[in-house]
Amino acid sequence: MFFRYLIILFFLIPLNSFALIEVDITRGNLSPLPIAVSPLSLDKESKQNLEKILKKDDIGSEISIVVENNLRKSGLFNPLNKDSFLQKPDIAHLKPRFEDWALIKAQALITGKVTFVDEKLRVEFRLWDVLAAKEMMALAFTTVPSNWRRVGHIITDKIYKRLTGEKGYFDTRIIYVAEEGPKTKRIKKLGIMDQDGFNTKYLTLGNELVLTPRFNPTNQMVTYLSYFRNLPRVYLLDIETGIQEVVGDFPGMTFAPRFSPDGKKIIMSFAKDGNSDIYTMDLENRIVERITNHPSIDTSPSYSPDGKYICFNSDRSGYQQIYIMKSDGSNVKRISFGKGLYGTPVWSPRGDLIAFTKLHKGKFYIGVMRTNGKGERLLTENFYQEAPSWSPNGRVLIFYRETKTDEKGEGFSAKLWSIDLTGYNERLVETETDASDPSWSSLLSN
Amino acid sequence: MNLNKILKNALLVALACLALSACAKKVSTGQMQGDVYTGTDTVEYLASGVPDRVFFATNESILTTKARETLRKQAAWLRKNSKINIVVEGHADERGTREYNLALGERRANAAKDYLMTYGISADRISVISYGKERPVDSGSNPLSWSKNRRSVTVKAN
Repeated sequence: MFFRYLIILFFLIPLNSFALIEVDITRGNLSPLPIAVSPLSLDKESKQNLEKILKKDDIGSEISIVVENNLRKSGLFNPLNKDSFLQKPDIAHLKPRFEDWALIKAQALITGKVTFVDEKLRVEFRLWDVLAAKEMMALAFTTVPSNWRRVGHIITDKIYKRLTGEKGYFDTRIIYVAEEGPKTKRIKKLGIMDQDGFNTKYLTLGNELVLTPRFNPTNQMVTYLSYFRNLPRVYLLDIETGIQEVVGDFPGMTFAPRFSPDGKKIIMSFAKDGNSDIYTMDLENRIVERITNHPSIDTSPSYSPDGKYICFNSDRSGYQQIYIMKSDGSNVKRISFGKGLYGTPVWSPRGDLIAFTKLHKGKFYIGVMRTNGKGERLLTENFYQEAPSWSPNGRVLIFYRETKTDEKGEGFSAKLWSIDLTGYNERLVETETDASDPSWSSLLSN
Repeated sequence: MNLNKILKNALLVALACLALSACAKKVSTGQMQGDVYTGTDTVEYLASGVPDRVFFATNESILTTKARETLRKQAAWLRKNSKINIVVEGHADERGTREYNLALGERRANAAKDYLMTYGISADRISVISYGKERPVDSGSNPLSWSKNRRSVTVKAN
């Protein structure tokens, strides 16, 4: 249901284009780039048509707000207050008066135009370097009108890439567990939403406990743990058709599932007689392989992006620590040696880092280390937080945090949070209900 | 008595007071030994004198003396009621990662199951399920609440 409508992309002929403004994303950005996001202009006829279809009185302005919020939340940009804009959207899009934009201290300017053509939404936008008085980029998209928020996300991705040199993460979704009810009787459902918290849908009804969903590489399938009929097993769900199936035929609990980077296998833990080991199942030929064979708890596996290695946590040393091994289970090597317990290792999409949860002296941390265990960096400390998941460009981590209850055992909540790899820009990710176990999709377009 | 000695004695008295007050504090909760729950707040009974649950130390699945005593009572009751099958639920407290806790709950449930088996209960009468940290009995965020949640619970299955 999400992937039916293609977005067609055109390159407008750039007037003049070479890199002028640059945004450095490798450090915590303490002075975000001042950027003016002009409302996209909208002619009268298109406005009337789109208003009927989308029930939004100015979709040009709405799309610009999507872009503006994305840019602000990235922490790298400071979108300026629209009240101070001097130039009208339609004229600015044709030929900005750079002096006016420089006057309000904008260094970059985004302008655009929305039209309704052949029942389709057509959106074009331009990115301008205000100080150099030059156009940096120009693109247009055509899609069904209901896709308008995605257009805003794709525009943000294009701008982010043009200004930082790296791929964005805005045209993405988050799959997570939506939670409701008292702490002792939590009701949990699978939720899916756009990265910015909009377009939430629930994929299960809450009749059974569900945990730890993960997308496949094409974002069409989800693997997760369900207690359907009180048998905790790994399931596979096709998002579009809603068809679900149990993964494999295991005589006990299977849990902690993820897809391999090529999407062909599911890697998970299987618990039997008090021992949890890591297994894979090939989704095509159903062949099950045992990857670890050790009387300790081996779980929370994560493949390296090239599929050659697996990181996981094990208590074989006596306490939960992070290990890596070859994907066939050979060459097991412990990599975490700091003080405390280490869990939920997740290999970065760039391949160079492993994000983890650490428990030390009663505090929980989200951190990163290199794949050899060196260079440990703790990004955030809290009463309880765990289970980081990487943005597809490897620059942001999303995780969940639970609050401490009061003396009466009340005040429990679970929320999603994000933080930049730099350790800056920690943010609450708003969800309709309480939420946990977030997993970030790959980029839906390009 | 020189000054040194007086000070030393004063210090000893102070230490003793501290120790006493520390003890008094522990006694006042009175429901934990080490960090294993020893109270009866949450305990239900399978039959008169047969508690349904045993408690564990943090990150542990080793059965304490008290746990073994409870499980022997359960085994005796199960031997007398040979038609009853059971599910042993394993649980963890909230101070661990979700997936590790699922495995830990499974380990705890199996520790209880194995002990029941050594006391003559056949494996096919016992199934296990781990809820990890998903089903706490106590919603508090303190060591006592956590100790109540680190448990395995024997539940009648039929």
